[in-house]
Formats: sequence, structure tokens, C-alpha cells
Amino acid sequence: MQRRLSTWLLLAPAGLWFAVMLVLPLCFVVVFSFGERAAAGGYVPAFTFAQYANLPARAAAFKNTLMLAPLGTILSLLIAYPLAYFLAMQADPKWRTLLLILVIVPFWTSILIRSYAWIFILGGQGLPAVIDWLGFGQVRLINTPFAVLTGIVYGYLPLMVLPVYVSLERLDKRLLEASADLGAPPLRSFLQVTLPLSLPGVATGCMLVFILLMGEFLIPAMLGGGKVFFIGNALVDLFLQSRNWAFGAAVAVTLVVIMLVTVSLYMWLMRRMGGVRDDVALM
Amino acid sequence: MRLYAFAVYLFLYLPIAVIAIFSFNAGRHASQFTGFSVQWYGKALSNPFVTEALWTSFIVALTSALIASVFGTMAALALQGMKGRVRVVADALIYVAVMVPGIVIGIATLIALVTLFGWINPLLALLAPEGQAPQLSMGYGSLIAAHALFSMSLVIIILRARLAGMDRSLMEASADLYASPFATFRQVTLPLIFPGILAGFLLSFTFSFDDFIIAFFVAGSETTLPIYVFSSIRRGVTPEINAIGTMVLVVSLLLLVAAQVILRRGPKKEGADAA
Repeated sequence: MQRRLSTWLLLAPAGLWFAVMLVLPLCFVVVFSFGERAAAGGYVPAFTFAQYANLPARAAAFKNTLMLAPLGTILSLLIAYPLAYFLAMQADPKWRTLLLILVIVPFWTSILIRSYAWIFILGGQGLPAVIDWLGFGQVRLINTPFAVLTGIVYGYLPLMVLPVYVSLERLDKRLLEASADLGAPPLRSFLQVTLPLSLPGVATGCMLVFILLMGEFLIPAMLGGGKVFFIGNALVDLFLQSRNWAFGAAVAVTLVVIMLVTVSLYMWLMRRMGGVRDDVALM
Repeated sequence: MRLYAFAVYLFLYLPIAVIAIFSFNAGRHASQFTGFSVQWYGKALSNPFVTEALWTSFIVALTSALIASVFGTMAALALQGMKGRVRVVADALIYVAVMVPGIVIGIATLIALVTLFGWINPLLALLAPEGQAPQLSMGYGSLIAAHALFSMSLVIIILRARLAGMDRSLMEASADLYASPFATFRQVTLPLIFPGILAGFLLSFTFSFDDFIIAFFVAGSETTLPIYVFSSIRRGVTPEINAIGTMVLVVSLLLLVAAQVILRRGPKKEGADAA
């Protein structure tokens, strides 16, 4: 009995925190999404689906997000996979930990400053000036989808490398020896043994990158210059500029629903692949 | 393969290096390096807006990381070995707190707190009729509370991996030797999980110090350093931002490397590899 009481006392502060700062706010968003906009901005209680019916007004943001987020995810995967493969299969074990830390660390440093670095590099005084000087003519890099994709891959690469690395590292290396002993050339071993067995890691990485990208604001705001905007940019506009809280809440709920569908799809896929869910916490 | 890996590391670190190098540029422009100078650091640190924003960020990061470490550790201890409905709910909440994008958390916190304050403030005014009633508003409190939520989830996740890898027989032995539960905690459990708590604290501090998007919504009239940097980038690229950016990167890099070293020392377990 005493043990139970102490357990509850230990849980109480965190539980209260999660209730007030997470559960309650998320409930507010759902309630607000069925409300109406006040004349001066803000929110008037109501029960209407008008905000959801109005979603096509922000179709461009949804379209951009749903095109660039998958594209960014695939690009990150293409760049991350060989690196993860190198770290898991070929890197000197002595250096492996350090090399891994070097991949993780940028993810935890300010994405703001790291995106700013690309403004600096891709902006008129940076790379384009160099290209012009080399005689290749004038190009415009900043405020293009290319700049946004570069920022995305740069920002989310670590998140993709880790799960793929974990699945490759856990792979039973004897399977590869067996495959080689049976006369399979390296490429065939890779395609028929390594790749299929690393798919759970690939799926985890893609899911993580995709759902985080869905809510991205900073990278398109800084590298897209108002021309390439995501749902996140629409949300900032709706809440902080036009103060249309009800409509903004409906956009936010839709965003979370798209993410939930993605996660469910991922869970279903993982169960079908028979893989164990890697509890990859990026720390 | 080795060459490829090298190229990816170059891609990851070159932009950071460029910022750092050009923060020491005597000239204003990014196109050429006109000489070594630390003048932009002096300019940045003598700008009262920068120092004030830096101070706000520091206070918020320190307080939220402390709250998260204490409450997060308590929750992780309580959840240790727990099964059943409470555990399922706790896991789901931690998962939601980490996975829901910061922008949605920011928005949700903004509308919830503004609405709640709208209800509470008239009540406070009734209680203190002389017009002395405290008015609740967005600012330090909401920043700290919102950052502590995410950080608490981090601390719980890290400590859970630690506690799972811990030898339970040590605690049982302590109890068998008639140590009170508190003595066992202080002399056995705490020393074993302390590296995890410290790493969690450092990561929480870094998260809060670097966070832009949640702070953007819940900061009210306060300005944190990332908010200041964001709004000055909007006005144009200046060498001063390079200097601030370099300082921010160096602070977080140091804390992160410290956290990684602490986490990877000591008992090695499955979960810690991914973590």
C-alpha cells in the first residue's frame, strides 16, 4: 500500500504537467477547429464544419508539403543509406562511435542557425557569385524548391542515418557469408540479403523524417522566401498574422490526422514485414 | 565508400564551418574574406537586444531543464517495471509529446493558455479588488512550461533505458541489508542513474536554448535568442548574425558532446546504442 502511494506521488508532477500542457491544449485545438472566427480575430464558440469545408483555401500549402516532404524523405534516404552501410559494415569499430556521434550532433544543434548557413551559402553573395565568377552565368539558388530541398536533406539526414544503421548493424553477418559461400556475387547478396533485412530501419527512418517534415516551418520560411511554403507556414500566418484561430485549428487538426495516417500505415507495414519496432530515440 | 562517407560529413559540417569562418571576417560581405577580426563578436555582445535575448534564453533553458530533470526522473522511477493501463497511457503521452510537431504544440499551447488566462484573470481581479490583481499572460512561465514538457519526455526516455539496463539485485540487496527505501535510492539507485539524469539535463538545456518554433508561439512579449536571430535574418544577412550563430553552435556542440560522452560511458545496453 505504501509503495503504491509513493508511486503515485512520484508520477503526480509529470502527470499534471502532461495533462495541462499536452492533453488540454490538444483538446483545445480540436474544439476550436469546430468554432468560428471572431470579427476582430480570435475565436467564437460554435459547432460548424465550415472551417474544414474551407480547407481548399490553403490547398497550395498542402500540395507543396505533400510533394516536397516525400521528395525530401526519398532524397535523404538515398544519401543516408550508403553512409549507414559504411558505418555498420566497413568503418573501423574503433572509430565507429565517434563517427556516429558526428552524425547525431548536428541534428541537435540549432536548425535555425544551420538553415541560416544555407542562406549565407546559396544567397546572392555566396555560391551564385562563385558560379558567375567561374563564367557559368547567373543562377538563382535561394528562394527556390532546390534551396528548400537542400535545407531539408541537410536538416534531416541524421534522423535517417540512425535507424538504417541500427538495422544494418543488427543484421546477422553469417547470412552474408552463407550467401557468398553459395556463390552469390556481392551485388546479389546485397539485393537479396542485406537490403530486405534493412527495410525495417528504412521504414522507420522514412516515417520519422516524413512526419517531422510535415510540420516544418523554418526551412521553407528561410530558404523558400515566401515562394515555397508548407502547411507550417500557413499555420504561422493564420495564428500570428491573420489571427484566424478557428481555421488555423482546422488546418492543424488536418495536419495531425495526415501524420496519424502515416504512422498507422507504418505500424501496419512493420507488422507485415514481421520486424520489431526499433525504439529509436534520437539522443 | 570511405570517400563517400567523407563527402557526407563534409556536407554536414561545411555550412557550420562557413558561418564560423565568416564570423571572423573583417568585411561585411560574404563574397570575400577581407581579413581577420573579432569586431562582430564585440558588436553582437554590446547590442542590448542580443544580451537581453541571450539572458531570457538562458533562464528559460536552465529552469525548464531543471524542472524536466527532477519531475522526469521521478516519473521514470515510478514507471520502472510498471505494467497495465497506467503504463500504456504514460507511454502514449510521451510518444505524442515527442512526435507531434513543435508547431502544433506551440499553437495548442498558445490558444489553451490564452483562453485559460482569459477565464482566470477576471477571477483574480475579483479576489483583489484594489486593482492590484496579478494578470496572467504569456511570457517566461509559458515558455518554461512548454519547453519542460518536451524535455521531460526526453529525460523519461533516457532514464528508462538506463533503469532497464540496471541490475535490480543491487537494490534488492540493499533492501535485504535493512536500508530504508530512501537510503537505497540515495546510495544505490541515484549514483547509478545520475549520468542519465545529467545527460538528460544537458540535452534538455540544448533543446530549450535552440528551440525556435514553440517559443515563437508562446513567448508573448519576451524575445529568446532564436526569435531575435530569426527576426534579424528577415531584415537581412549581417556578419553579426554569423557571430551569434557561431556562439550558439559552440555552446550546443559542447553540451551535446558532454551529453554523448556521459551517456556512452558506464554500463552499455541495447537501447543506448540507438540513443
